[in-house]
Amino acid sequence: MEQALRNEKSTEEVALGIRRRVFEHSIRNNGGYMSQACSAAEQLAWLYNEELNLGAPTLPMIPKPFEGVPHKDNPDYHTGAGYNGPVAPDLDRLFIAPAHYALVAYATLIETGRMAPEGLEMFNKDGSSVEMIGAEHSPGMEVHNGTLGIGLSTAAGLAYGRKLRGDTGNVWVYMSDGEVQEGQTWEAIAACAHHKIDNVKAIMDVNRQQCDGAMDSVMEVGDIGRKMEEFGAKVVWVNAHSIDEMRAAVKTPHTGQPLIILANSSPFEGMPTLEERFPRLHYVRFKSEDERARFNTEIAASLGIDPIDYAH
Amino acid sequence: MVEMVSRPYEAAFEKHAMAHDDVLCLSADLTSSCEIDKFRDNHPEKFLSLGMAEQNMMSFAGGLGLAGYRPFLHSFGVFLYRRPYDQLMASIAYPRRKVRLMGFLPGITTPGGMTHQAIEDISVMRSIPNMTILETGDATEVESICEAADSIDGPVYCRVLRGSVPRLFDTPIEVGKMRELESGNDILIVSSGITTEEAMRASAALKGAGVSVRHLHLNTIKPFDHKTMLDHIASVKGGVITLENHVVDGGIGSLLAETMADNGVGKRLIRLGLKDTYAHGGSRAYLMRYYGLDALALVHGIEDLMGQKFGITENDLSTARVDAVHSLVKAEGL
Repeated sequence: MEQALRNEKSTEEVALGIRRRVFEHSIRNNGGYMSQACSAAEQLAWLYNEELNLGAPTLPMIPKPFEGVPHKDNPDYHTGAGYNGPVAPDLDRLFIAPAHYALVAYATLIETGRMAPEGLEMFNKDGSSVEMIGAEHSPGMEVHNGTLGIGLSTAAGLAYGRKLRGDTGNVWVYMSDGEVQEGQTWEAIAACAHHKIDNVKAIMDVNRQQCDGAMDSVMEVGDIGRKMEEFGAKVVWVNAHSIDEMRAAVKTPHTGQPLIILANSSPFEGMPTLEERFPRLHYVRFKSEDERARFNTEIAASLGIDPIDYAH
Repeated sequence: MVEMVSRPYEAAFEKHAMAHDDVLCLSADLTSSCEIDKFRDNHPEKFLSLGMAEQNMMSFAGGLGLAGYRPFLHSFGVFLYRRPYDQLMASIAYPRRKVRLMGFLPGITTPGGMTHQAIEDISVMRSIPNMTILETGDATEVESICEAADSIDGPVYCRVLRGSVPRLFDTPIEVGKMRELESGNDILIVSSGITTEEAMRASAALKGAGVSVRHLHLNTIKPFDHKTMLDHIASVKGGVITLENHVVDGGIGSLLAETMADNGVGKRLIRLGLKDTYAHGGSRAYLMRYYGLDALALVHGIEDLMGQKFGITENDLSTARVDAVHSLVKAEGL
């Protein structure tokens, strides 16, 4: 079953599918996290389609509605981790640290056969578990990460605990570069290095964008690769749109150190029209119906599909 | 004299941790200050130094919880919620991780001033869904805090006393059960933590002055047994007075106010504690006098509550302290 879930599509096809789904969703909803699909598509496609050792999903292909938050009176509560398969000593875990990439992550689940396409239609609908900012109970999520900077620390704790238990699976974190402005990210790297937590692996979408715009205009962070090395991580830079480079990077030895793959990405890769909006790409909402129509035509052409019939 | 116990947490934690495989000891650079330095030296395999990095420590502990461990986090109480509040919420409280937050130096028990004094911790923790709050008031409660905390199905914040701690009780904490120290019917005193010893001094002197005091000690602040408290409130003729090592907003004074208002209890309530103010650095005795948290302040509060003067002086209270403690220990030993 595990193998059946993999390689039905090439990772390149999965990445293209992610962009197409996020594009269609954004056009239909008059805006969305399109730029995150541009920068992240190959990374998430590579993780889910090749690198992560995951079992078959344990939750329904069509997500259940919201069933309440963790509480002593809600004994049946569960997270959305089941879309990544069961918890087992040899299997990997994945946290999506920038939870606003949820739309892209959901599209990845669909493209890799872990969620039905209907799941995306529930996105950000009242009463749905498919939330705009991925929650613990959202498909593919296991912890809350909507507050940026906590993902790597949580992964470090889980990884340390798994080491104590003798698990062989890794704990992966998908990160965004804006998170390095949070001091907690540096605390987490230092803690991983000090305690030699090398079953933590991270890939960071280095798109140099954040909510207010280009990171250099908001707060410069300098040479993050060098800083991470100084804090004790093993760092490898890759082109975020080269799957071969990611395949090679993950083989880098990092005994006693966390591995952080820094993926240099373009925030409009695959959708060149988005460059018009640079550097305000965090959430692209169309300014007029004319713009929406033009983006629809142009980006559909870039992605090799017909324009979306969003009037219906 | 009251028995003083030296470093009761040290041995209690070691005993508990070594009896439970999934208990881990986490520290944030206050290892000897939290009486776990011997544990670190004796059991390095169960000890994690996470440095002066509380935000990471919170989320890290959440990750350990996800792996099935029950980490005990040791620091001064103030450092367990002020800086890492966001991480406490997202990584520990929301997912109901079994993380045990052992907060030392509650309230004004430290001369460290504003930055070290956890004066609003109970208020903050009470408003966090899924959180349990325990507070120790004597050496016996410190000795039983680890077991009590570790029995909680979810996160728990504990106010822990350290150093030389008086022994007032001879039975361990029973989570959710308040201690009835005096059973009179004129007025009700409710105290917790270090204010219980003060209230015991005051109640002994008040009894001598003919006041029939009912005195309750709380070691479980959340969840709270409203029903039992209402029965106690109903069993006194007069009003209720609370004394807490905390701001009066959001602590046990507020807890009583909410309980009374929610149930239409039309009795008077006086809340003693820090009144919308920070404290500063100084000895515990000085701070308790300066901010009105001691036995004398309680006597004055009860005079206000009952509308009469009892002529009790500080001398009466000093004398009363020894007797009260002894009589209580004997009473509990029955």
